[in-house]
Amino acid sequence: MSLALPAPDMARAITRISHEILERNSGSESITLLGIPTRGAHLASRIATSMREIAGQEIQCGTLDITLHRDDLRLRPPRALMPTNIPPLGVEGRDVVLVDDVLFSGRTIRAALDALGEIGRPRTVQLAVLVDRGHRQLPIRADYVGKNLPTSPSQVIKVHMTELDGVDEVTLEEGEM
Amino acid sequence: MTEKYLIQGGVLANGTQSDVAIADGVITQVGGTLDASGYTVINARGSIVLPGLVDLHTHLREPGKEDAETVLSGSKAAAKGGFVAISAMANTTPVADTAGVVEQVFRLGQEAGLVDVFPIGAVTQGLLGENLSDIGAMADSAARVRIFSDDGNCVSDPLVMRRALEYVKKFDAVIAQHAQEPRLTRGAQMNEGLVSSQIGLKGWPAIAEEAIIARDILLADHVQARLHICHVTTAGGVEIIRWAKSRGMSVTAEVTPHHLLLTDELARSYNPIYKVNPPLRTEKDVMALREALADGTIDIVATDHAPHATETKECEWQEASFGMLGLETALSIVNLTMIQSGLTDWSTIATRMSATPAAIGRYVNHGKDISVGNPGHVTVINPTATYRVDRDLVASKSRNTPFHGTELPGVVGATFYNGALTYRAGA
Amino acid sequence: MRHLLSIADLSKIEALSILNTAETLSRVSDGPMKKLPTLRGRTIVNLFAEDSTRTRISFEAAAKRLSADVINFSAKGSSVSKGESLKDTAQTLQAMGADAVIIRHSASGAAQTLADNQWMSGSVINAGDGTHEHPSQALLDAFTIRKHLGHDGDDLTGIRVAIIGDILHSRVARSNVLLLTMLGAHVTLVAPPTLLPVGVESWPVTISYDFDQVIESVDAVMMLRIQLERMSEMFFPNAREYSRYFGLNKDRLAKMKANAIVLHPGPMNRGLEITADSADSARSVILEQVTNGVSVRMAILYLLLAGSQELEFSL
Repeated sequence: MSLALPAPDMARAITRISHEILERNSGSESITLLGIPTRGAHLASRIATSMREIAGQEIQCGTLDITLHRDDLRLRPPRALMPTNIPPLGVEGRDVVLVDDVLFSGRTIRAALDALGEIGRPRTVQLAVLVDRGHRQLPIRADYVGKNLPTSPSQVIKVHMTELDGVDEVTLEEGEM
Repeated sequence: MTEKYLIQGGVLANGTQSDVAIADGVITQVGGTLDASGYTVINARGSIVLPGLVDLHTHLREPGKEDAETVLSGSKAAAKGGFVAISAMANTTPVADTAGVVEQVFRLGQEAGLVDVFPIGAVTQGLLGENLSDIGAMADSAARVRIFSDDGNCVSDPLVMRRALEYVKKFDAVIAQHAQEPRLTRGAQMNEGLVSSQIGLKGWPAIAEEAIIARDILLADHVQARLHICHVTTAGGVEIIRWAKSRGMSVTAEVTPHHLLLTDELARSYNPIYKVNPPLRTEKDVMALREALADGTIDIVATDHAPHATETKECEWQEASFGMLGLETALSIVNLTMIQSGLTDWSTIATRMSATPAAIGRYVNHGKDISVGNPGHVTVINPTATYRVDRDLVASKSRNTPFHGTELPGVVGATFYNGALTYRAGA
Repeated sequence: MRHLLSIADLSKIEALSILNTAETLSRVSDGPMKKLPTLRGRTIVNLFAEDSTRTRISFEAAAKRLSADVINFSAKGSSVSKGESLKDTAQTLQAMGADAVIIRHSASGAAQTLADNQWMSGSVINAGDGTHEHPSQALLDAFTIRKHLGHDGDDLTGIRVAIIGDILHSRVARSNVLLLTMLGAHVTLVAPPTLLPVGVESWPVTISYDFDQVIESVDAVMMLRIQLERMSEMFFPNAREYSRYFGLNKDRLAKMKANAIVLHPGPMNRGLEITADSADSARSVILEQVTNGVSVRMAILYLLLAGSQELEFSL
């Protein structure tokens, strides 16, 4: 097991992503952050806090559970559902930034786009991830990346967050082949 | 010359080890060790040699439902179970309420030639409980009917029951009552109690059985007639019969093997294989029945062998037919519940399954002990050997045994009927 | 969990996970997402061998919101009422490729018989079998009670529920007794002695013949439908007398605790077991039960059907 992203680097990555989102969208007014549970939701709220400090304004931030839109449900036992909380201004006409911890095959994001489409029609949809580990199976890319981490498909990336795991760090483990 | 048999090395019901020789339809020698020359030897080492078993309660389904059982297939099942005489219940189609039907069943039994098939006549025409059937004609027929029963239905009208009890005295016959108060059991599916309350099947109260037992005991005593109670299932019923016997009243009673073992907990599966009339009761009832059979309050074991075609059991519980196979597993179940439990001995079992049923049915050639000169009716059972019940290997035409897949103790090794070998294990 | 046949088969954790999943789904369907793709391509058969429009359309709505294909196989005019055996019906549905069968049947145990035999491979959901159980109704009742009197994610510890009426013939009562007591609620059954089953004394409940004595102390009253046929079967003398002792009316409503609620599984006999003003009062959550029924049934379908059927559901 190796430490791919220690806590200070993780904090810096979150701050950098926050700046980039504000820059790209010229301010915070049109932005709605939607984190994908579980860790994406915590990341989104950290980014929102950071953006609030930078811009000095309230940030619309919520969660979007994509379980019911997954295309791999039948491959696993049923999963517990996570909450979806759309912030008060909704998504219609907004610049929605989806937030997730790891970008891998892209299937989670496809499901998120489907889920979002059921809710409304944002002006733009952007994607922020803490780690992009490559091996995409769909034509999806992230707009904001904390760290690009070249991996082999068998390796396992684990994102730990203080809220859930008591520590902030990203580890890389050799999987079983 | 018929074949001569020597049953070698077995133990008689009274516990003495003894060889038994059979020739020309009768028992010719009984003794410690006999000369085997000229005999076909049946090895009975480790086995018990019993007088041939007699069943007073058998459903053969012929005439009318030959797809479920015939007199021949039922006779085969009986021989396999160690029986030499069975009693064909009257609820066939047409009902055995005339001399013609009972003579037909009797004749089919003779043609099968594996056991004596004694027809039981209906008490009332069509089993409807209203008008008496041709009781005299059946009693005087070739079938010489001495047991009358509407089994499947209760003779619930007290006046009809009184008349029947009185009338059959002329023939030294007995009324075998299916004790089930019909109003208290309309639509009933299983024993009424905790299990029925939980699984939502309509309850069949014990009192519906006990009320009829009590009434009929009083009626029979009043008219000084013989009464036989079919398949007693409740501890309360046992108590009433015990009271009657203590008063010297003329009542006999039977218990089925399945009621000595199975309880209403089995209904939780909703598997209709466990649906039977009268229903399986509780553990407390089972224990009371065993005790009653041991102490003689219940006189006999009777199988209530009730074959049913597959489709009548492959369905919802409430749509399914009542009844289960009994002949082939009866002796094993009695061995398990009465002998292995230490409640009684083989001598008592010989009485309960041979001598007493023969006496109740007035089957004069049956129920005699293993002595020189008695008819060659003999059942050999190895009480310690076990076998796994397989519904696909039964001799009966139907497969509705509740013991499928169960390992049972007590393997019938051979059955002799009138000196002929009618069943031999592994043959 | 492959089938939902009886509350007795559920663990407390499984029961709570159904309620919690239903909670999440109710927010989803209250909100913007009316239709979800989750069960796209799955075929669900509503096999209703007994009339029950409410339960059937509730399951149908739940299945359709999850994008399953729904086939209705109802009693009237179907082969079930023409004496076709359950076995033949099941084998027919298997041949059609049903992933799940939701069965309503007048015979107790019919759902279990369907699940236990190898006639079909799909999941079996009991939508009411004879006088045995109606598990989805109990789950929606518990869900409704929790929403009003408990907390999200919690069980029902300390909540007192009275179930009033024909307990003897009620599958709703049987499922509710099992579920509510498993979740920690205290259940009192109120009925005329004729409509309580022999054996009920061993159930984990309190029994009462006196509605007035019970009503002041409970948090929820669940009124059961009383069938008029029961009168001709002599379970009680007449409708007027039944209403007087066991009906919910304005006077009894007034005696209830401040935030106590009234449930009824429907369809109601207004004027018999419940007066119109009681059914329409502020305490009544009867229409919410209907709404919640769809969410609870979505949760059941999701948990039974969304995942791999080869892999066991465990939460």
